[in-house]
Amino acid sequence: MDDGSPVAPDRPALVGRNAVDRLYRAALTGLALSLPLLLVALLAELVASAWPAITRFGVRFLWTSVWDPVAGVFGAAPMIFGTLASSLLALLFAVPLALGVAIYLTEFSPKWLRQPVAFLVELLAAIPSVVYGLWGIFVLIPFLRGYVVPPLRGVLGWTPFLQGVFYGNSLLAGGVILAIMIVPYIAAVSREVLLAVPSSQREAALGMGATRWEAVWTAVVPYGRAGLIGAVILGLGRALGETMAVTMLIGNRHDIGLSVLQPAYTMAAAVANEFSEATTNLYLSALFEVGLILFVVTVVVNALARLMIWRVARGTAVGSRAL
Amino acid sequence: MTKFSLLALAALAAPAAAQVKLNGAGATFPNIIYQDWMLTYNQSHSDAQLNYQSIGSGGGIRQFSDGTVDFGATDAPMKDSAIAAINGNVLHIPTVLGGDVPTYNLPDVKATLKFTPDVLADIFLGKLTKWSDARIASANPGVKLPDADIVVVHRSDGSGTTFIWTDYLSKVSPEWEQKVGRGPSVNWPVGLGGKGNEGVTATVKQTPGAIGYVELGYAMANQLPAGSVRNKAGKFIAASLESITAAAAGAMKDMGPTTDFRVSITNPDGDAAYPVASFTWFLLHRQYDDAAKAAALVKFVWWAETQGQARAAPLGYAPLPKQLGPWIEVRLKSITAGGKSVWTTAAR
Repeated sequence: MDDGSPVAPDRPALVGRNAVDRLYRAALTGLALSLPLLLVALLAELVASAWPAITRFGVRFLWTSVWDPVAGVFGAAPMIFGTLASSLLALLFAVPLALGVAIYLTEFSPKWLRQPVAFLVELLAAIPSVVYGLWGIFVLIPFLRGYVVPPLRGVLGWTPFLQGVFYGNSLLAGGVILAIMIVPYIAAVSREVLLAVPSSQREAALGMGATRWEAVWTAVVPYGRAGLIGAVILGLGRALGETMAVTMLIGNRHDIGLSVLQPAYTMAAAVANEFSEATTNLYLSALFEVGLILFVVTVVVNALARLMIWRVARGTAVGSRAL
Repeated sequence: MTKFSLLALAALAAPAAAQVKLNGAGATFPNIIYQDWMLTYNQSHSDAQLNYQSIGSGGGIRQFSDGTVDFGATDAPMKDSAIAAINGNVLHIPTVLGGDVPTYNLPDVKATLKFTPDVLADIFLGKLTKWSDARIASANPGVKLPDADIVVVHRSDGSGTTFIWTDYLSKVSPEWEQKVGRGPSVNWPVGLGGKGNEGVTATVKQTPGAIGYVELGYAMANQLPAGSVRNKAGKFIAASLESITAAAAGAMKDMGPTTDFRVSITNPDGDAAYPVASFTWFLLHRQYDDAAKAAALVKFVWWAETQGQARAAPLGYAPLPKQLGPWIEVRLKSITAGGKSVWTTAAR
């Protein structure tokens, strides 16, 4: 390290006077920089490998739907759509469930029940995703086909979201399995956030005559909202990148449709499926571009989330602490 | 520093210098028999250390072309452009045979269904959508077919299994060839994608009215219902190791000692031939730099083509027809290192 580097005036103790201190500081700087560098290297490698496809198809790649490895024509629109749709569907199911679990465990559950339930919910996160996939094929899909889709059709069958023949493997099945997979993440982080809300908040609300329910919704949840959004984003990030269970259930069809009963495809599933047998350079390059888009989508989603948290977190302390 | 470590490495390697290391990579379908061959071969030939990684045909072709492995393996032959890119320095050597079978989920149909080529093509094109269709019924007299929708299931991952299936459909249906074509993965007109043979099987099993295709060895091991397919001679043939070997034998009349083995054997001649079959290949270089390596490799491959063939059937692979042996021998003899054939030192 350079001796003439600017010195943080408020931390004189850390400034190296002897060799060991300087070495220590250099080592830590190196470690701190290695991860961002890794990210940059990853991005550079993705762009370089995707370059033939980028130059060949241009921005058309983003909104065309044909994926024909034989003819060498590639468009990623169905996969981008499928990734976003399945993840948003998953959030739709997972957020109420996970927040419900977290609120129950922190505010309403008897003390002896808290740890066992929290432990079991978090255990869901430890199940390998291929097991979720198998469970989805043999349990979830027959259940959806037998007990969920028919009554759902009966009530909402006129909407464009429930059209077409239901084969089982579908956006719906993929969304539900993703929801189950991200619930433990959202629930665990939400629980930590709610636990961090000072009791004075609850006491104040209850003291003003609020019921338990009102205290939760007017004092506790708003106080921790930044952290809760963070929890949801964590789940979303996981849903966007999840591969194995989704590819086993979503039907792997390059198609865009409003109906959740139709098969779809995700970017992560396509890369996992097709990478090993991508025989032409253009094909391989197109898969790299899909990976690049997934990378960018994930970064954009996370950046938006940061922005959102930053905006709602002004004035509250819990959010920033939980993250 | 560098010099020193190189010396140290050389010193370490010295005792094992007599052993040649051969690395290969490629197709997943023949992985089981390749591993078995290497293990068995090593028991009698300790002079070569063999290693094969089943990373997929695409990866195998790439690593072979880049020279990171000594031999490759693929289920789909290399394209002319890919061969030109490495200046033609490749030989395709068939090792064993595989085949695809149509499998279906019709709980009330007990008989083995018979499929004509045009019915299979139209089902996978999405033009034939009901099991009760007259064209299916006419091939299956006496079988009561349900009035159910046909749900097509295909592989979502790129695979040699898909290559064989689409190669067959391309041969029997001009419309398929023109609209879809052949390849390890294609733009499917209809259907659901399942990952791997197991993914297709699971989806077929869980979806009433589904039809998919799986690799024969997998279908046999899991006792899946498998339809028979009408061959070029007009006979409905059930897939078996024998009928697949017969397919290769039937296709051999179009081959000779010097033909390129990148030949497709789907829809071959022969009364007993099952029409949805294919070779799987080793990829060897025509010229190697390292004579010792080349000799050891050729020796191993020749062992696989002769003694190794007996190990195929128990593992669910169809052995090559016997007539192919001399032609493969010619090909292996042509492999050189430093301008000289390595065969003389190899064959024993």
